[in-house]
Formats: sequence, structure tokens, C-alpha cells
Amino acid sequence: MHELSITQSIVDAVCERAAGRPVRAVSVRVGMLTAVVPDSMRFCFDLTTAGTVAEGAALEIEQPPGTARCRACSEDFALADLVLLCPCGSADVEITSGRELQIVSMRVG
Amino acid sequence: MCGTCGCSGGGEGGTGTVGTRIAVPHAHPHDGDHVHPVAIRGTAGGGETITLEQRVLAKNEDLAARNRSWLAEQGIVAVNMMSSPGAGKTTLLERTIRDFAGLRPVAVIEGDQETMLDADRIKRAGSTVVQVNTGAGCHLDAEMMRDALTTLAPVSGSLVLVENVGNLVCPALFDLGERSRVVIISVTEGTDKPLKYPYMFAAADLVIINKIDLLPYVDFDVARCEEYARSVNPALRSLAVSATTGEGMRDWYDWVAGQY
Ligand SMILES: [Zn+2]
Repeated sequence: MHELSITQSIVDAVCERAAGRPVRAVSVRVGMLTAVVPDSMRFCFDLTTAGTVAEGAALEIEQPPGTARCRACSEDFALADLVLLCPCGSADVEITSGRELQIVSMRVG
Repeated sequence: MCGTCGCSGGGEGGTGTVGTRIAVPHAHPHDGDHVHPVAIRGTAGGGETITLEQRVLAKNEDLAARNRSWLAEQGIVAVNMMSSPGAGKTTLLERTIRDFAGLRPVAVIEGDQETMLDADRIKRAGSTVVQVNTGAGCHLDAEMMRDALTTLAPVSGSLVLVENVGNLVCPALFDLGERSRVVIISVTEGTDKPLKYPYMFAAADLVIINKIDLLPYVDFDVARCEEYARSVNPALRSLAVSATTGEGMRDWYDWVAGQY
């Protein structure tokens, strides 16, 4: 359950930045290729915000899909999982999205 | 909404109704990259939106960077050892400590959810050891690493082996400031483990396949396992060993020497 520590990090950062103001919504970006499960994150968010200025805040999760660029054929292609294989057969690929784990914004007041 | 990739956001909507849109470029696997408004700054109705755009694990990563530079200054190599429970990690550590005796100081950071059992085994093998009980936690983090290093006070030139909590998912996400990451699997597990736990194998520098003395009795394909591991991490190196018989351990020691 690393989602608990990850969500705790989000709540800590958000509460610090809110400086006492009530937090209404928190928006995060969790790439499809991170080992973070959004449903677990939502569950942990309700737990870790309890008793803080972010209690009751909405959690908005944006999930960028996995994409990669092939160094052999220069094509961009979708990556459903971490198996790094271009449709052209090359495994020399670079992940270009899907590993994001960011706090995008929050709404206060 | 973006019709091809289905990502949220899209051309309309967002998190509020008033104010300036802050567009964030967002790469797409299809033609026509575009931007999605992800936040709206304004004060009417829904309060004020504050753009943060910060990494979730920024605090841990900063601490890990500090650990890493401290270790480098001391000429200490820290290796983060990860595996599922029962892969033979503690046995591999015990043998390593015994074989390094007189050659290089070895210190161990032992992460366990509960008990001192592994730390006691490590101490008996002749190494200084710090036990970190994570309780409900399923991984070590950079702060635990810093505190453990402070207590352990390894001498310069040491090899610090970090026995992370037995788990092939959570530890992969937390940088400790280590020099390198090793994932250990044993032949009593499935050949397809790298495909089932791709994040761990993607994050590792070396995979050690342990318990090869049991290969005649189990259904495990070393070459195929290595192939799966490299499908998620083409740069991953691999070694096959038996910590019980000592077979292949020389390769592991050579790899450690190569980290200095
Ligand atoms: Zn290609």
C-alpha cells in the first residue's frame, strides 16, 4: 500500500500550501505507467485528509496514457504496459509519458 | 475529452468556471498534439485555484539526493536490495558479509515490518546492523535511510547493504539515495515474475536469480526470466547464484566491486 505514503505526501504538501484556508479540491496527475492505483489513492485521500484543512476536498485524478518513442523507426506509439516493444519489433524505445506523479493544482477558500 | 486517448480534460470544462485557463502540454500517441486545460484560476464561486505543478515525491527525492551526495563524499556504496519474502535475501547477505570479512567493511540496514529476527542473523554473520521496523509501512523511504545511516555511522569505503521490506511493488517507488538497486528472485518463484512486477524490474540495475541449486527440482527457465526482465528494462544486468552453495557468488562480488 504505497498509495498511503504517496497520498500522505500529497496531503502534506497541499495543507502546507493552503496555510489554514479550507481546501475544496485537489488535482493530481498519475500516469498510467506508474504503480499507483487511483481507487486506492481515493480511499487513502479520505483517510489522510480527515481532521485537516483538506477534509472533504474532492480529489481529481488525471491519468496520462503510456506513450513511447522508438529510437529505431522514430515512431510514437501507445504503451499499454511497461513491456518496451515498438510495433516495428525494436525494444530500443523511450517512454515519453505515463510516468507522471504530480500535484497539479488545488482550490482553496 | 480527447477522443483517441480518452484522457480527461479536453477542450471544454476544467476544475472551475471563471478566470484564466492554464494549459499544460500533454503528449499524445496520435497525430495532433494539443493542450488540455487542467486548472482554472479565479475567485468567483469556487474559491481560488492555486497551481502547484510539483512532483508528489519531491520531499523524498530531495532527501534521497542529500543521502546520495553524503554517501559519495564518504566513498560508501549503498545497494538497495529488494525482493518478495522468501527469495533468500538474508541468506545472500549473510554469505556476502562472511566472504567480505577482512576485505571491506560491510554494514546493513535491515527493513522489516516487525521483529529483529533478520537483524540478529546479520549480526551473527559479523556485520554492524541497524534495524528499521516500518510497522504498517511496506517500504523504506529516504528519511528512514538518513536516520539509519546516522545510527549506523558506516566508515568510509564501506559497503552498505539495505535489505528493503520484502515486497516487489512499493519499494520500487522510493529513492533512498542508494548507488544501485538490486532485485532478487529465486527459482522457486515464477519465471514470469518480471512481467507481474514490472515496476520493480524497471527500477533495478541488477537482477539476481537465487537458489539455482534447486533448478533440477523446479519448473523455472532462467533464460526466459532474464528475457522478460529485459523486456521492461533493456539495461538490466542479471546474475544467477546460489547463496546456499556459493555458486555464482563470485560474479556478485565482482559486480559490487564495479560499483566503486
Ligand atoms: Zn519502431
